[in-house]
Amino acid sequence: MPDKVIVRIERSDGPGQASRWEEFQVERRPNANVISVLMQIQRNPVTAEGKSTSPPAWDAACLEEVCGSCTMVINGKVRQACSALIDKLAQPISLQPMKKFPLVRDLTVDRGKMFDALRRVRAWIPIDGTYDLGPGPRQAPEEQELRYVLSTCMTCGCCLEVCPQVTPATQFIGAAAISQVRLFNTHPTGAMNASERLHGLMEAGGVNDCGKAGNCVDACPKGIPLTSSIADMARESAKQGLRDWFFRDERKRGAGPAG
Amino acid sequence: MPERYIVVGGGLAGLMTVIKLAEAGKHVDVFSIVPVKRSHSVCAQGGINGAVNTKGEGDHPDIHVKDTLKGGDFLAEQPPVKGMCYAAPQIIYLLDRMGVPFNRTSEGLLDFRRFGGTLHHRTAFAGASTGQQLLYALDEQVRRYELDGLVRKFEYWEYLSFIKDEQGACRGIAALDLRTMDIQAFPADAVCLATGGPGIVYGRSTNSTINTGSANGRSYMDGAIYANAEFVQVHPTAIPGEDKHRLMSESARGEGGRIWVPKKKGDTRRPRDIPENERWYFLEEKYPRYGNLVPRDVASREIFQVVKELGMGVEGQDAVYLDVTHIPADVLDRKLGGIMEIYEKFQGVDPRHEPMKIFPAVHYSMGGLWADYEADANNNLVPGSPRQQATNIPGLYATGECDYAYHGANRLGANSLLSCIYAGMVAGPAMISRARNEMKSKGDVPSSLLQSGKKQWDERFAAIYRMSGTENPYVVGQQMGDLMIKSATVVKHNSQLDGALDEIRTLKERWKRCNVLDTGRTVNQSAAYVNQLWNMLEIAHLMLKASRQRDESRGSHYKPEFALPKPKTPNPKDDPEFMAAWKARNDKWLKNTMGTWTPEGPRIEYQELRSLRNPILSPEPRHYD
Repeated sequence: MPDKVIVRIERSDGPGQASRWEEFQVERRPNANVISVLMQIQRNPVTAEGKSTSPPAWDAACLEEVCGSCTMVINGKVRQACSALIDKLAQPISLQPMKKFPLVRDLTVDRGKMFDALRRVRAWIPIDGTYDLGPGPRQAPEEQELRYVLSTCMTCGCCLEVCPQVTPATQFIGAAAISQVRLFNTHPTGAMNASERLHGLMEAGGVNDCGKAGNCVDACPKGIPLTSSIADMARESAKQGLRDWFFRDERKRGAGPAG
Repeated sequence: MPERYIVVGGGLAGLMTVIKLAEAGKHVDVFSIVPVKRSHSVCAQGGINGAVNTKGEGDHPDIHVKDTLKGGDFLAEQPPVKGMCYAAPQIIYLLDRMGVPFNRTSEGLLDFRRFGGTLHHRTAFAGASTGQQLLYALDEQVRRYELDGLVRKFEYWEYLSFIKDEQGACRGIAALDLRTMDIQAFPADAVCLATGGPGIVYGRSTNSTINTGSANGRSYMDGAIYANAEFVQVHPTAIPGEDKHRLMSESARGEGGRIWVPKKKGDTRRPRDIPENERWYFLEEKYPRYGNLVPRDVASREIFQVVKELGMGVEGQDAVYLDVTHIPADVLDRKLGGIMEIYEKFQGVDPRHEPMKIFPAVHYSMGGLWADYEADANNNLVPGSPRQQATNIPGLYATGECDYAYHGANRLGANSLLSCIYAGMVAGPAMISRARNEMKSKGDVPSSLLQSGKKQWDERFAAIYRMSGTENPYVVGQQMGDLMIKSATVVKHNSQLDGALDEIRTLKERWKRCNVLDTGRTVNQSAAYVNQLWNMLEIAHLMLKASRQRDESRGSHYKPEFALPKPKTPNPKDDPEFMAAWKARNDKWLKNTMGTWTPEGPRIEYQELRSLRNPILSPEPRHYD
């Protein structure tokens, strides 16, 4: 095992700025991961050629793969840097920012559109208030188990990064938000507003823009069944479209669902 | 101008404060250094406590109060603890209504599991990522208010300081845009800090990298009292790592996990080849009633003793086994899935078939910004009193791990998610009352005040960008962490603390010789870090000083030189000699440590617990065997 770790980082100073590669060499430590290597570089920001540089910018928080912050492209594959163990990576290790989101600097990008998408699909249970209104509805353990898996989505963006339908020219909302609609529409209370969320998926860039490449489900670090969420929501959206058509007269009278 | 409120921090405490304000129709600006959905609350694993009593055990909020106060060695003011424990069942129901996927019983009811420091099944849980699930639920509700135009989010913004008027009241904050490095001042009628704990002061801990405690440290420098700084919880079970120590939830033991080491020192056999009678289940042996579920301070000390003093760590390492291999794999996946995956992913070993190797790690700060309360004669908090969660700075509030209330000298597992949410529920109405009572007469925040607040920070950062010394700030930060781990964790010694106090002064001098490493104005993380680092050094200094001055052992703060003698009877209350020593100790030390910043260093005073004049429970010795 070599006693050094060689990392190549694609850097740029900001949006629209030219990118460059910088190579770093750090001492190999037991149990090292990409984050601990980036921390070593912070403590000695000198390139392999001996040139002083600024420490590369990168996002991180939990380092346990539950917050989604440190997502980047590592040896060509999008994943979290905290769970990318050095012993399992071919060297030199290449680090790049995600490409489907606006670049901010170095390895940091702006994933704001994912949170916007959650707003668009009304990804919440519209509770009456935070007062003491007693317990929620009973749920079968099987139902909870499915919802739990869907609810572990940490908005990391891996599913968008690998999706061929997500490009600068398209506005596809992506698997994460679609799967969140499924999460809330399977909740007994959430189901009462299912149509609102489905309408969010029926607008331009919605569930019908999925090209069924299936990359998302393979890229998801949490093993969320994204393709079945998409299939399910596509079916439900189609049914909703029919319902909307049959009941279009009632909607005109003002009883229709809010978009 | 309509009232404006600021909440700093988007974890559970911050978001619940936001929800309470927005639900009352108020406008709130929430500031967070990360998108709020990525806050540290996601790391909480095991669950949230509430005496819902669905298991036929006769559980009751009063027992929850007792477990919490006793777990904290009676250092917490009692009425807030009572309020929290009584609100707990409805908080769990509220989260359930928000759609948190809590685990269920076969009847479809909420399931509860056991946690440390109690004999009851009181912990509601969503797999082993309960904090993540709770945070998402609150994040979703806040997003709803964002759509309604009541909440504005300032994500990737860092709090720099509160802005004081001539009367010393907080009238807003200065904040730094971490992307553009712009500094701006924001007015508010009340500000709530919900900025979490300072775990990164210890370098590697179970905390997220964002838990610098910088906001808390800066507020302390600006006059907010920081209380009980010496009380930092070391969690008994974490996986040591190069970048951080990853938590292995107490729920692993709550679901039946067992701690052991081989009876033979340095035994090299694989754990599964070591027969049952050659394993030492030291917690079960020493604490037959609570077993592996003794409170965290107790468990960490026992593990430390077995490893450091007896030298019986697994394979001679700093490690003991946490064994869940006797629990069926499908049960583990259903109830502990999240942490099973973490261990497998980061250690490359399947904990369903091979015992985990774990060791204690710094986890949670019981201490924090001092926060007031107002209670009636029955020790119930007065609803909507502007004093609830208020710091000593008028108009500045604190909730969550950044406040000092609720946990005394040691926090019980699964009480932190609860205290964060409860504090937020209390703080929101308190802030509204304050704005109604006090701020009407004050009028709008003068723009000159905001301008000078911004100018002060523009100048400070201009100076930071000019720092071109020889010290790397990240190296200074790492050495601060090493120093804190060496001198202020499970076992503390005065001689060592004296040395550490000298060393922290040296580190502060070295900070002045730091190099900013980066002079850019886009995502300049090292400039932000240089600023945070000074605030961390101030907190570290206070933690060391407070530790040095408290010559006793209480909860997480353990000084063997000042430990009480072991009682001679199974129940300490039956040993008059012990009780006399215990009472003398309490008379002297059952007080809150009040830390005030001065240019010469921390000033420490001790404050009697107000609630002991009319206590809900009289203090008693802790024993769990």
